[in-house]
Amino acid sequence: MFKRLPEAQQAMRQHPVAVTINGKAVQCREGDTVSAAMFAAGVVDCRDTVVGGVPRGPYCMMGICYDCLVTIDGQPNQQGCMTLVREGMNIERQGGARQVRT
Amino acid sequence: MTGITQCDLLVVGAGPAGLAAATLAARHGVDTMLLDEQPSPGGQIYRAITTTPLQNRDTLGKDYWHGEALVKAFRRSHARYEPGATVWAVSRMTAQDPEGGFEVAYSVAGEARMLQARNIILATGAQERPFPIPGWTLPGVMTVGAAQTMFKTTGIVPGKRTVLAGCGPLLYLVAWQYMKAGVKIEALLDTTGAGGLTQALPHVWGFLRSPYLAKGLKLVHEVRAKARIIRGITALEAVGTGRLDHVLYTADGKSAELPCDQLLLHQGVIPNINLSQALGVELRWSETMLCWEPAVDDWGNTSVAEVGIAGDGASITGALAAEHLGRLVALEACRQLGKLDQPTRDREGETHRKALARAVLGRDFFDRLYLPPEQFRIPVGDTIVCRCEEVTAAQVRETVKLGCPGPNQMKSFLRCGMGPCQGRFCNTTVTEIIAQERGLSPQEVGHYRLRFPTKPLTLGELASLPQTEDSKKAVIRLKKQP
Repeated sequence: MFKRLPEAQQAMRQHPVAVTINGKAVQCREGDTVSAAMFAAGVVDCRDTVVGGVPRGPYCMMGICYDCLVTIDGQPNQQGCMTLVREGMNIERQGGARQVRT
Repeated sequence: MTGITQCDLLVVGAGPAGLAAATLAARHGVDTMLLDEQPSPGGQIYRAITTTPLQNRDTLGKDYWHGEALVKAFRRSHARYEPGATVWAVSRMTAQDPEGGFEVAYSVAGEARMLQARNIILATGAQERPFPIPGWTLPGVMTVGAAQTMFKTTGIVPGKRTVLAGCGPLLYLVAWQYMKAGVKIEALLDTTGAGGLTQALPHVWGFLRSPYLAKGLKLVHEVRAKARIIRGITALEAVGTGRLDHVLYTADGKSAELPCDQLLLHQGVIPNINLSQALGVELRWSETMLCWEPAVDDWGNTSVAEVGIAGDGASITGALAAEHLGRLVALEACRQLGKLDQPTRDREGETHRKALARAVLGRDFFDRLYLPPEQFRIPVGDTIVCRCEEVTAAQVRETVKLGCPGPNQMKSFLRCGMGPCQGRFCNTTVTEIIAQERGLSPQEVGHYRLRFPTKPLTLGELASLPQTEDSKKAVIRLKKQP
């Protein structure tokens, strides 16, 4: 339940970036982190936890709590708060423990 | 050795301490490299100062924009700068060249790199103190600092019912910044304990002479005029299924429920010590700040030779003090690297030391006033202590009864502190819980032993490390010669 201040909306229109969040097309601003873009799009939880399997969202927004982990362009366990949005980026909620890819 | 950056001095962190340190060292002719995790300089306090969309200077306030001068001076210096760089290992080059300083591994955009430095200044700043209350892991709950980071970097603010809870200057600062930006705050739940004032009063003289007084009073006054402030909070709980629904609190012995969409928590900051801790720097439990602090001397020297710490990463003294400390620690690095003799270091240091004394005036008072009460630091029952491994306070207490003397033995029972955050959000809590259970001081109980890498990395990242001739030989020496 976050929103952009009017000044920030204007900045977004000047430097727009189009991404997909959980299958939905979302416009954000160049310089947004993935986690911030998710909050602005109304997504407050980004994953299910590894142990309890319960929803979790970003907590520290400075790269130290690792609660903001998401799947970006198919790659899981990316720190949403430390990754800047890129045009065409596909951001997906991630569920539970990581799988070893073969 | 191709692909390995060489420098005399490595500074880690581009907050006020790191920027000031790197600028000064480079000005004295030291070949300086600054690595910082964020995409642009400023640290957390001046976060996104070169990129924020909030260009109306009143929104973030004068103290924020002070950081601009630091960045400008840094950019004019000859220091090299690598943003988006996460340092994850540091080791002394004992084997080949014991006098040769350190080998440092770091990652940029998922690719590992390496550099060699003769001297290191860690300016890793502060992190929010853990606030382990029931429900603090629910989506919808985040730190005040996190919300402020988002505010500074993107101009994104809470749009619905928002509650702030905790204690400390940042809580009121963010409430004030939000109000100026037109963000409505449902309530501010103030957990400042009555005990804090008793401990703070002996230090009131410094506070009365400090710049904090006028600024702080004005700020608190303005917040009070517009927001509902509930004082004397003795219990706090975030409640919801799958996401935050409401906050339960107790004030003056009465419990009440407050529906909200966003709960922002804050009870001060503590040094961000993972890198120094993994490097083997001696830590001490501060009984006044209630957290681990690396032991440093007046010049930022640690127990590890050629590794200095500047700013909040050593002890919380705030942004202005950090900048002066950065300069002092840099002068010492210049001396160690042979660019300054000791009398010159001392003479140049005088100005910075005076400025430092002015900057810390009054901190003793509110450090004590805003010390978080015990019930918000040392949880009981089902409250989660380790957010990563979802370990509760009761589980940690149980391991003490089973005979675990300290945090490191407890790890092997519960994996507490072994998740991706590597103890950053449970280190202090676990120490205090075990100390309480055993009736010892936190210093006696000790802290987690950390090892590199201090941040998780993939095998692919590790494999992308540039190889030295020696490391290649170490692997291929058994290969049959043709």
